[in-house]
Amino acid sequence: MTVRDFQQAFDEKIDKEIAIEPRDWMPDNYRKTLIRQISQHAHSEIIGMLPEGNWITRAPSLRRKAVLLAKVQDEAGHGLYLYSAAETLGISRDEMIEQLHSGKAKYSSIFNYPTTSWADMGAIGWLVDGAAIMNQVALCRTSYGPYARAMVRICKEESFHQRQGYEILLNMSKGTEIQRKMVQESINRWWWPSLMMFGPTDDDSPNTEQSMRWRIKRFTNDELRQRFIDVTVEQCKILGMTLPDPELKWNEERGHYDYGPINWDEFWNVVKGNGPCNKERIATRVKAHEEGAWVRDAALAYSEKQKKRNNKTDHQAA
Amino acid sequence: MPEQDKHKNEWPLWEIFIRSKAGLDHKHVGSLHAADAQMAIENARDVYTRRMEGVSIWVIESKNIHASDPDESSSLYDPANDKIYRHPTFYNLPDELKHM
Repeated sequence: MTVRDFQQAFDEKIDKEIAIEPRDWMPDNYRKTLIRQISQHAHSEIIGMLPEGNWITRAPSLRRKAVLLAKVQDEAGHGLYLYSAAETLGISRDEMIEQLHSGKAKYSSIFNYPTTSWADMGAIGWLVDGAAIMNQVALCRTSYGPYARAMVRICKEESFHQRQGYEILLNMSKGTEIQRKMVQESINRWWWPSLMMFGPTDDDSPNTEQSMRWRIKRFTNDELRQRFIDVTVEQCKILGMTLPDPELKWNEERGHYDYGPINWDEFWNVVKGNGPCNKERIATRVKAHEEGAWVRDAALAYSEKQKKRNNKTDHQAA
Repeated sequence: MPEQDKHKNEWPLWEIFIRSKAGLDHKHVGSLHAADAQMAIENARDVYTRRMEGVSIWVIESKNIHASDPDESSSLYDPANDKIYRHPTFYNLPDELKHM
């Protein structure tokens, strides 16, 4: 078979919605795009543990603390599902971690914002996880098998993340004046960065068309963003809070909410590394990785030693 | 840097199979890194069974798995391709025939 035959067979599979599996032939750019997207997604889960980890020791009750611990542990798990999906494409775990630490690989910019109040644990669960779920539900049908399977597993677990966040805000919104203020202030800070999580507008997203053709993406950034806004506005009403966008208004004709302009300068500035916490996040990861090196080495040395010892006993027994 | 030097300290990769409940087969769920089999099982418990998804775990070092070549699948499965008489629906029998 020639490359053209392979390409044709690949295109046919994509058109027929047949999943692409690790050992199947695939165009180089399909592989590269997936490695970039899946590893970026994995890094986001791992870095995403940090803003919330910040509040584990200060959770207001044992219940909240147990829930937050479980949620952060899930995020570690999600990062691992995704790293293992990316590894099926031929990149090693070490290479991916190196790319994260050197800044070559990106992660979701939302995690470069600080978590300054307990209400942020609620707003992150509701808005940040809510936005992530919009993306992830769509990705359950992505064309690459291992990625789709990882997404299915993640989506099953993600729903608790959003519900526990909303519950935090709901409880606080029924509390004192100060608590209600905390909720509103937190929503005000997280709303716009959450909308930016869907990525640049379709006009400004050159890779979208190819990713849609390959069925890696099933919906465009703007479509998912609109869907998120439409459901979130209604959820906000139940909290009795407001979203910080004076232009937010139901558009009868479109059947969607209109919304004000997003500050893309801020988005690109954070992507480029100048957000409030970019340096701190990476420094924390690098430190944890370096300080864990001796544990990894010791475990490997121990397993080598056990293997040798077992070989020796086998010989003696023979 | 040669490939093996670059990753010489990476823990080996293991494929994880979980039996979700007694009576069912173990099913592949993904992979993870661990220094040895015991650690692979313990990590698999934390990564793949946080919500009681399993009652039994198998771990196999990925390098020990041998797989068929997808590019040869047409010739590999060819012998089964033209034998529709292996399926019960191939046989035309009267409707009044019961319990068969």
